[in-house]
Amino acid sequence: MTTTAALNADREVARVRDLKTPIGLAVFAIAALLMGFAFPRDGETTFRLSTGSDFIQLPALVVPTVGFVAAVAVLMVLMVFGALAFSFLHPRGKSPLWLVIVFVALALFAFLTWAAAGKTIPLPGLLIGALALSTPIIFGALGGVVSERVGVVNIAIEGQLLFGAFSAAVVSSVTGQPLLGLLAAMIAGMLVSLVLAVFAIRYIVEQVIVGVVLNVLVMGLTNFLYSTVLTANTAQFNSSVRFPSLEIPILSQIPIIGPVFFQQTIIVYLMYIAVFGVWFGLFKTRWGLRVRSVGEHPTAADTVGIDVNRTRFWNVLLAGAIAGMGGAYFTLDSVSAFGKEMTNGMGFIALAAVIFGRWHPIRATLAALLFGFATSLQSVLGIIGSPVPSEFMLMLPYLVTIFAVAGLVGQSRPPAADGKPYIKS
Amino acid sequence: MSSSQTPAEPDASAAVVTDEPSRTHQILREIVTGNALLSFLAIVLALLIGSILIAATDDAVQSSLGYFFSRPGDTFVAIGQAIGGAYDALFRGAIFNINRTSFVDQIKPITETLTFATPLIAAGLGVALAFRVGLFNIGGRGQIIMAAALGGWISWSFDLPVVIHMVVAVAGAILGGALWGGLAGLLKARTGAHEVIVTIMLNYVAYYLVFFLLRTPGALQAPGSNNPKSPAALETAVLPNLSDLIGVGSFRLHLGFVLVIAATIYVWYLLNRSSMGFRFRAVGENPNAARVAGINVKSVYVAAMLFAGGLMGLAGASQVLGTTTSGFSAGVDAGIGFDAITVALLGRSKPWGVFFSGILFGALKAGGYTMQASQGVPIDIILVVQSVIVLLIAAPPLVRSVFRLPAPGSAPRRRAARLAEGAAK
Repeated sequence: MTTTAALNADREVARVRDLKTPIGLAVFAIAALLMGFAFPRDGETTFRLSTGSDFIQLPALVVPTVGFVAAVAVLMVLMVFGALAFSFLHPRGKSPLWLVIVFVALALFAFLTWAAAGKTIPLPGLLIGALALSTPIIFGALGGVVSERVGVVNIAIEGQLLFGAFSAAVVSSVTGQPLLGLLAAMIAGMLVSLVLAVFAIRYIVEQVIVGVVLNVLVMGLTNFLYSTVLTANTAQFNSSVRFPSLEIPILSQIPIIGPVFFQQTIIVYLMYIAVFGVWFGLFKTRWGLRVRSVGEHPTAADTVGIDVNRTRFWNVLLAGAIAGMGGAYFTLDSVSAFGKEMTNGMGFIALAAVIFGRWHPIRATLAALLFGFATSLQSVLGIIGSPVPSEFMLMLPYLVTIFAVAGLVGQSRPPAADGKPYIKS
Repeated sequence: MSSSQTPAEPDASAAVVTDEPSRTHQILREIVTGNALLSFLAIVLALLIGSILIAATDDAVQSSLGYFFSRPGDTFVAIGQAIGGAYDALFRGAIFNINRTSFVDQIKPITETLTFATPLIAAGLGVALAFRVGLFNIGGRGQIIMAAALGGWISWSFDLPVVIHMVVAVAGAILGGALWGGLAGLLKARTGAHEVIVTIMLNYVAYYLVFFLLRTPGALQAPGSNNPKSPAALETAVLPNLSDLIGVGSFRLHLGFVLVIAATIYVWYLLNRSSMGFRFRAVGENPNAARVAGINVKSVYVAAMLFAGGLMGLAGASQVLGTTTSGFSAGVDAGIGFDAITVALLGRSKPWGVFFSGILFGALKAGGYTMQASQGVPIDIILVVQSVIVLLIAAPPLVRSVFRLPAPGSAPRRRAARLAEGAAK
């Protein structure tokens, strides 16, 4: 009897899961309704679309706050019904992705309008800040995706970023060559990965433990060297030469998008390449097929002649190199000096992006962009004065991740052999 | 009601809970059953690595290296002085200070060690208890912060009689930690969300939540202050100093240490003598077998995380009601939540092992501050030493190969050899 009861309970869960998207959207719609009708804010909201130095100057967009938010809220309610219709029309079908994307965009726009009532939002600044904050997270997330796809849990992203930032700062300061700094950051990330790989694959230590301990080790090491070596001789060791900003002709003149995406340093362009490369590599090449098979079913991979542990070893090193590049962003693009614990938990946000992006490079990148956007929004709203406390905006990525792993925002399932060492029998 | 209609869902959700433990538990068991000699050798190796770092960054060593080939003796003298001075300071700060006159003052460092050890032991027990159930509680930081918030709030907002106030405040702190830990346990049990991810994310949520409350007047912020800091605890709620109680000396060591001894005894009793502890260990050994034996694995997960969080709460209580009673900031956990992981691993997740490894790390911390003050060696070296200790302890074959120790029994050696062979290929 208890078994059938349990099974029924599970079926209930299964049925509820079909309605997840509409329920999720409904929460946002209710929030929008509250913003529009229960807590209306007077005035007009201005969106500045161009900065002074842009090639094409766009006029600022001005909307009446109350009317716009209310209208969007009503539209969002209609879209919830649309999503409901989708889930009922297709018993197994989900709401289409475009609906969700349009919905989220509308929700964001409504929130921005509401939060900045009577003020001006510098849209290019907001987006440039978002991309800047996202870049290291994206690199870290790509490193996480590669490592976990091959079956090694990578909690050490934070350590890889931090050691990358440190090495990039030191090498770039000593040699005066940012490119060498970038190389050093990749090597530093690989060193952290090397320890992870050796302990996880050779000594079969629980990978989560190695990752956590590696973060502490790198933190202690960089703090120690910072306090002893770097501060003693800042000019020689800790004043890195940064990459210059490279404008891509024509593309950088597109309004809004141009200055955001195409007036960046080489690290950001490398990030575009890395995102595409990891996606293409994982899903379109033999290498990717091997990586995924080792991460999903190592025994089967072994049977067809793939050396599981060697594949894991080299790909974990590759993951470290990618994450290390993200570390270089801190000291070769963002600022020109290393600071204690300057990655400030970005590695854990990258880990969150990996999970929220369901171990897929493109989705993880989008998740990282979302987290970067939330952080950038928080700082912009902090400057113009926002009704929402900044701490709650900062909390958002973490809450979203908890919802994601709890299966409330779509099932997130890791690669089947993620974190399980392969012992050939 | 027929079971043939069962959707695939239960399988998936069961897989989340049942799949990963067997490996994890095997490894955790290996950690638990390692021997004391290896721990000792790991500590020696870690201190050796620490010595190399200290010597390499020492000014005198560096300048004498400049003329190494003309007077190599100078370099060795400088190295000896750097390392000797550092470890002498460590000893003076942690155990016994020969430079003081009275015996009470000479043994004051040891009380400092115990003061630092108090929260480390409590938090280490929190990690260890979860380990024994097969859960990895990285959420110490969040649990300590929430405990400090609740316990701290009770300590200044109520006027209660002397002993009662203290008891209520400590209980409140334990409750705060237990609830935050239990939340992670609940998510694990209900949705199969991995506790590592959930607890990491809850750390940040707790941090930002309490930071928000600390900077909001009328919440946790000290009246009349603009800093994100709480008011001081009332005298009635403070854990009394032990030296006040016995009337000797002026130590910082407080009643919290006695509570921690009690907690160690209680956890020992809970795990080894109670039926609930039996269920805990059964789930930790093999959740599938435990389920077949009729143990409700899910409720064990929740209960274990409640207990683990409660122990973290005791650490939080020791922080805000014992060590620093003048009000706390959002950084109240001071890295204890993460240190606790290393404490639990070094203590091999056994209550008394945790107790003594907590004292060792307390000694490193107390001595580390003296070392920083008198020798200019940054306290961060302690992080390096701690993390190296844990890495080495987690990989017994590595320590054995460094010291050329025989592996216990021939089977593991053959396995290690085979693995080495596999890695070399």
